[in-house]
Amino acid sequence: MSSIPASPSDTFIHAIGRFFIELVLAIGDLALFGLGMLRALLRGIPKRRIVFGCMYEVGVRSVPVVLVTGLFIGMVLAVQTYDQFASMHMESRLGAIINVSLVKELGPVLAAVMLAGRVGSAMAAELGTMRVTEQIDALRALGANPVQYLVVPRFLACFLLIPLLTVMADAVGVFGGWMLSTSALGIESTFYWHHSNKYVAIFDVAGGLVKSMFFGAAIAIIACNRGFQCGAGAEGVGRAATESFVLSFIVILSLDFFLGVLISAIYRLVYAGQAASVWLDAMNSVGGFA
Amino acid sequence: MTKTARAEPFCKPLSSHEPDEPIVEFRNVSRGFGSHQILRNINLQVMAGETLCLIGESGCGKSVTMKLMMGLMPPSCGDVLWDGVSINGRSDEELVRDRLRFGYLFQGAALFDSLNVYENIAFGLRQNTRMSEDFIRETVMERLKEVGLASTAAYKMPSELSGGMRKRVGLARALALMPDIILYDEPTTGLDPIMTDVINTLIKKTRDRRPVTSIVVTHEMSTVRKVADRIVMFYPLSRLKPDDPQIVFEGTPEEAFTSTDPRVSQFVYGEAGERMQELMLV
Repeated sequence: MSSIPASPSDTFIHAIGRFFIELVLAIGDLALFGLGMLRALLRGIPKRRIVFGCMYEVGVRSVPVVLVTGLFIGMVLAVQTYDQFASMHMESRLGAIINVSLVKELGPVLAAVMLAGRVGSAMAAELGTMRVTEQIDALRALGANPVQYLVVPRFLACFLLIPLLTVMADAVGVFGGWMLSTSALGIESTFYWHHSNKYVAIFDVAGGLVKSMFFGAAIAIIACNRGFQCGAGAEGVGRAATESFVLSFIVILSLDFFLGVLISAIYRLVYAGQAASVWLDAMNSVGGFA
Repeated sequence: MTKTARAEPFCKPLSSHEPDEPIVEFRNVSRGFGSHQILRNINLQVMAGETLCLIGESGCGKSVTMKLMMGLMPPSCGDVLWDGVSINGRSDEELVRDRLRFGYLFQGAALFDSLNVYENIAFGLRQNTRMSEDFIRETVMERLKEVGLASTAAYKMPSELSGGMRKRVGLARALALMPDIILYDEPTTGLDPIMTDVINTLIKKTRDRRPVTSIVVTHEMSTVRKVADRIVMFYPLSRLKPDDPQIVFEGTPEEAFTSTDPRVSQFVYGEAGERMQELMLV
């Protein structure tokens, strides 16, 4: 990030101004970097060996951490929501709330956060080290486009594999929630799945997966940009890795909000009548609202 | 491609080179990073076939000059010319293609950590030519031999190499595309005296083997003595008045060693002079 030198006579207003100028510069820099990456992607896909190497690192090696996170989050959801639902005698509907939360929000967001932490930081540190040791200059000196060679494969790996990781997180989360609800909380499995089936639509799963693709793209672009902008020395590399995670985390949550609003709007537009009838059914079954 | 074709560079100059025309030229080039200016109004000419040594204190802009020469970074103002043609108007594709005329030995060798020695040397060939893998292997082994490394070194990772070996692999990689201009950025820094002489000899041998133009950034006077046809000395801007030229010496090694300018003589003889008082070490 370009920094604007501070002066000893600066006031609080100067500091606020500096913050916003730096914010605009950082966003502009990120946008230009993303555009450069898209241009490089349109020019051609890098060699299969390089893309598959990145896919192995991003996808295969992230599977254990995503599975563990998904499993526990499903179980935690069951534990945390049981008391509230039981107080309203609605515990048999636990499957609906757990599975809707998982496929719409927690699965995509947690898979993305795990990817940002495990892969994004590593990418920023790796590319940062390459920049500090002049390997990126060496690529250019040898006729390679560093964005094409380094960024495009990482982008493709994150963008294409994060939906699969999300599906895995969703699946083990659903399993964890079901396992705990039926074995420890005494909920009948039939009711659990009946209500899950009633409230979880394919649109919810698809919406979560679409969101995850945006998260994957954001993680790759932010991590690679931080690596390419890395400052000198070990401190610069460490800062690039930290900035990559923090920025990715903020962007994932902001994107989650805006995409959530957008996807809900699309849902209402496409399934307007259907949505209303689902709610009426729900109210009816709770008792006496119809 | 026939065997004899290997004696030719893989990337030829776009324009025909006139004998008296500089192969690389700086016209009033300045470069800064943020508010920190590194180079100011540099005018420099590099003639084809010569070995030019750029000397000067750390931080005076020698490495930046090398990157500007190769078009790896643009000047803040001024113009860099290759064969008399400015590089400013060139498209990215043209710049990438024309840049292959240069070989660059980076300060820390800048070998790709994730690739072994063989893949490092073959990188430029795979990236820019349609050579068969057999031919690439032959070329890589030839380059390794040229820099005095055994073929067994080809399958080592950069992390397994000593400093001297890394520099030699870096040189082999820079030579792989048969460039006609080679930039050496502090090729002997951090090496023992024996390895320093090995690298100096390799620079000379490379020039003797084929007519390359060499530009060497160095602090080592042994390197200057051994390889330089001409020396250009830069001075840090922080020690100059606003109107002083940043290049304080241009001439032959003999002229540098007999220079009466204290800035030049102190540097070439390694004397601290008034710096001791400035640093309050006396």
